[in-house]
This record gives sequence, C-alpha cells and structure tokens, in this order.
Amino acid sequence: MTANKANIHLPQPAKIVRAEWLTANKQKKLFELRLENGRELGYLPGQFVEVSVFGIGEAPISITSSPTSKGSFELAVRAVGNVTNALIKLEKSDTLGIRGPFGNGYPIPSLLGRDILIVAGGTGLFPLRSLIHYLLDNRKSFGRIIIFFGAKNPSTRVFLSELAQWQSRNDIEYLETVDQCDEHWTGTTGVITCLFPEVIIEPAKTTAILVGPPAMYKFAIVEAKKKGIADEQIILSLERRMKCGIGKCGHCQINDIYVCRDGPVFSYAQIKHLEEGI
Amino acid sequence: MAGKIISKSNWGQFVNSLIRQSGEVFGVKPKDTKYDFGKLSNSNELCLDYDVTLLPPKKYFLPPYDKLVTFSRNRADNTAFTTEPSIEDTRRVIIGVHPYDIKGLTTLDAVFATTDPPDTNYTARRQNTIIIGINCLNPSPTAFAASIDCHTVNSGFDLMLTDIGAGYTITIGTTAGEQLLNKYAITSDATPTELAEAAHLIQASADKYQTALAIPLTEIPALLEQHYENPVWQELGNKCLSCGSCVMVCPTCFCYDVQDKTSPSLTNVERYRSWDACVLTDYALIASGENFRPDAISRLKHRYYCKGKYMLARYGQPGCVGCGRCVTACLPDIASPAATYNKIIEGQVK
Repeated sequence: MTANKANIHLPQPAKIVRAEWLTANKQKKLFELRLENGRELGYLPGQFVEVSVFGIGEAPISITSSPTSKGSFELAVRAVGNVTNALIKLEKSDTLGIRGPFGNGYPIPSLLGRDILIVAGGTGLFPLRSLIHYLLDNRKSFGRIIIFFGAKNPSTRVFLSELAQWQSRNDIEYLETVDQCDEHWTGTTGVITCLFPEVIIEPAKTTAILVGPPAMYKFAIVEAKKKGIADEQIILSLERRMKCGIGKCGHCQINDIYVCRDGPVFSYAQIKHLEEGI
Repeated sequence: MAGKIISKSNWGQFVNSLIRQSGEVFGVKPKDTKYDFGKLSNSNELCLDYDVTLLPPKKYFLPPYDKLVTFSRNRADNTAFTTEPSIEDTRRVIIGVHPYDIKGLTTLDAVFATTDPPDTNYTARRQNTIIIGINCLNPSPTAFAASIDCHTVNSGFDLMLTDIGAGYTITIGTTAGEQLLNKYAITSDATPTELAEAAHLIQASADKYQTALAIPLTEIPALLEQHYENPVWQELGNKCLSCGSCVMVCPTCFCYDVQDKTSPSLTNVERYRSWDACVLTDYALIASGENFRPDAISRLKHRYYCKGKYMLARYGQPGCVGCGRCVTACLPDIASPAATYNKIIEGQVK
C-alpha cells in the first residue's frame, strides 16, 4: 500500500456550509462547500467536479459559483441519477468527496470586449450561472450581456431572486420564457428559441454561449446561425457520463475527443463534424 | 546485435531463483487446451511454446477489480469521513509475454502513463514489474500481428527470449533486466550462429500467420474516414450480441467503470474500477436517460473506429495489435479487425 499525494482517484472531503432547496418540489438543491484541507478549489467558470456521496458513488457536477467569490464554491444539483438523488438529501455540515476541478471551462480571454448572448435551457443555467457571475463581477471587460433563460414551467425556475435582479439591471438584457405556463404566469410562453427574434445583435461582435439539453442545441444552434453568429463563436457545453474526469475511463468519448478533458466546453465549429456530437 | 544465451536447464533454475527471491512471478501456464498467465510456484509450470493466452497480461496492470479508494466514516461525527488511496503494487516479474502483448502495454502506457495526468495505480504497477518477453514462433490461427508490424518489438521489455531449441537467446532491454540475469542466471554470450538462428526463426514466424490486414495499419484512419456510411456496420452490428467479450480479451482496451461497495457495517466504502466495454448497452447512457450510442450498430462501429482511427489520432499508438483474441472470443464471428477492415478495402459487403 503506497500513499501518493497526487493520487488522481482520491477525493478530498468538503463540508457543506449551506444547503437550500431551489424549487418547491425539492428536486433541485444548492450546496455551498468548503474543502476540509482549507484550500481554494481554484477553478474557471464552466469547469466541473466529481462529487462523491458516501456509500453511493461519484458523479460529475458543474460548478455554479464564480471563482470571483473566494473561500467556498457552490454546486447546484438536480435529482436525476443514483448519486444526485442521494446528494439532495444531504444537509448543512454533511461531508462530500470532491475531485477536480476538471474540464476546460469557458474561454474567458477570447470573450473579453465581446457581446455575450447566453442561452440557458433548464438546468443549463447551473453551469452558466458561474459564467454570468464572473461576467457581472468583471462587467466593464465585456460588451452587451444578453441572457435567455427557458424553463419547462414556472415551478421549475431556479435562483428566483437572481433572475429578478438580472431583469432589473440596466446593463443586462434579460429575457425568459417557459414551455408551459400556469395561471399566474404573465411572461413569455414558448420554447427558448422564441426569444431569439426579440433581440437585435451585431453578429460579428457576439459570442453565443449555450447550455441545455441535447434537443435545445439542435434548435438553438440554428437560431444562433440565423442571427449570423459564426460557428466558432457558438459555444456549448456537452453532457456525457464522465466517470473519471481525467480522460481515462472512456465513457465521455465522442470519436477521438474526450469531453472531460477536451471539453466540456466546445465551439460548434469544433464538434459539428463529429458523429454523435450533438 | 549482442545477446546472451541460456540453456534450458539453466533457464529453469533462473526462473526458480526469481520465484524464490524476486517477489511475485507470473508466467504462461497451460489451462485445459489453452494457455493463460498465472502465478508460478515452480519453473516446470511455465510453458513458453504457446500461441496465445486467454487473457493478455493487461490484467496485472489494470486488474479486472482494482481498488482505488477507501472511505471511512468518522466514528465521532457521522456526517464526516476520510479517504485513503489504495494501490496494490507488489514487485512482480511476468515471464513469456509475446511481442504483440508488449505493444499492447505500450498502448496502455500512452493512455495511463504518458498522457497527463498519469494514473497513479497503473504507473506504480508498471514501475514495479519486470517484463520477460519471448518471440512468438507459432502464432495462433486467428492472429494477424505480422501484417501490422506487432510480431516483433525493439523495446517495452526488460529481457526478450527466442527459443532456438537448445536454449533461449536473450536480448537485454533494460539494466533492470540485465541485473536480474547477472544476479540469478548462468548465461554466456550468444555466438553469431545462435543469433543468426534466432533472427531466422523470428523472420520465419512472420510467414506462419494465417490472417493479414491487407493495408498498413497507418492507412486505416484514412480508410475509415471514407466509410462512416458503409453497410458493413449495419451488417455486423445486427449480429452483435453486445456481450463485451471482444473488449474483455483485448490487450489495448482500457475503458473502465467505477463503483462503490459499502461494508455491511455501513462505516467503510470501497471504491473500485472494473473493466467496462463500449459495446455494452448502457455504456454511453447519461443520467437524464439519453444514450448516445443506443444500438449495437453504433456501439460496434465505435469499437472499430476507436481501434483503427481514434487511438492512433489521440495517442499515436495502435488500438489493435493483431493478437486475434477477439476473433476467438466472438460468438457471431464479427469482431476481427483484420477481417472487417479487409472487407471494407475489398468492397465485398453483401
């Protein structure tokens, strides 16, 4: 038995310092975490961590906080699989195992000075929230910030106070829609692509950043292209079953690309030719 | 090339010395009508005149069950736990590895050792293991290593033997191998005649392969690039049982699954990895229910593209070394890279 400090398989214990439900039906939860070794996680918007729940297993979860806020980091989780269903039952002062951060993250330097169109479909807001916070904390370094958010229905909307804040700010153009409305909903109803005609952009200056389910990509990419945005400036984040996070286990392979190492953030130009890409 | 020679009786003594004094020693042993690598307790168990083993020596570096981490509940505070790495890396000698399997290990090295970040467990085992190879003079009928230049190797071994009848000629690959010989073996310098005999036997062995890939392996990526829509994928995929046998016996397949196993007391969890296979149904399934390769056709096609194209593109190493094990293991007989690529080359898809 040999102990090795740089062991790539070894999770670091992290304490949950805050846990709060994001939706009334208790299917989505926000966790604020601190590594027990006292170190900063050290990450970029768009990166993810492998999260271990004691006795259950490990799953890749995107980081939802921005590296501009120090001392702790946040994960937002939707209960879908074994690990996330166990994870959302945890509370403040419980412990998680963390490996990472992994993945490339958003290409921040190439976004400087540009107009940013963010398209967040459902849970896609979780990784994008990291980027949005980062952009807002460095607001002067970027051009227009346009945010599209689409939820299935009003009850699945998350981070409500933040959404309201973005809506009220003059330096953000915030538009949202729900697929299905209820009797209280006064906003737009329709799939997220219905928001594209609502804004006029300067395509040469704009980078579109999309995160959502595979079905959203199919249609949102078409809309972004219709706006005249180049394939290189359409950025998206792919979901795969990233078991190791370090380019070994093979589960996230798309042709010769490993989503966990080469991504999860790609430009549409990088992946449009790949079979099984989108 | 300078080399040593060892008589067969001295060879037996050398192996016995290794078993007594050099950690765990594994070698090729008969298993029913076939052969497999197993732990040696005496040199007379060793069988070096074999065609192919059931499983490649990969299992000593990437074991089918590989414990990675232990989680322990903190007794005073049941919300907390600690994590401990686990690496089984006993000093080992593996005897009788054929050149194609050494090439297979070179491919695994590219994935686990030389591509960042290195895999802690794999590299520890690799560093602690001596490889004694032997040239394959009587290849398996399903093997095609010679046609893809995997029937001989110049590196990747500590010692390499060739059976010339009266004894084994030995090529020294590393100082570790040389030290082992100096310490435990009675050898002499091989004569030019003996070395010529070994070279002749190796050359002659190339002609004994009954199967061949029709074009060089390096031309396969360009070929596959042109054949994403070839009907062969449908034809073979429709016969595929998605059983994973082809992957389980492969010396270069490395994909793995990770699972956690909880102790009955619920206080300890063992995380382990085990061999996984891209041809299995739920391999590319994600939590939301989306499966990126939902049918046998797309999965089998992925295997062929990974072997023939993606591995070379990503790691510069072949995803196939021509051992022929998958050909033998596959019940519907659709797993042979040589046969399938040849089929595409010949355009003989029916």
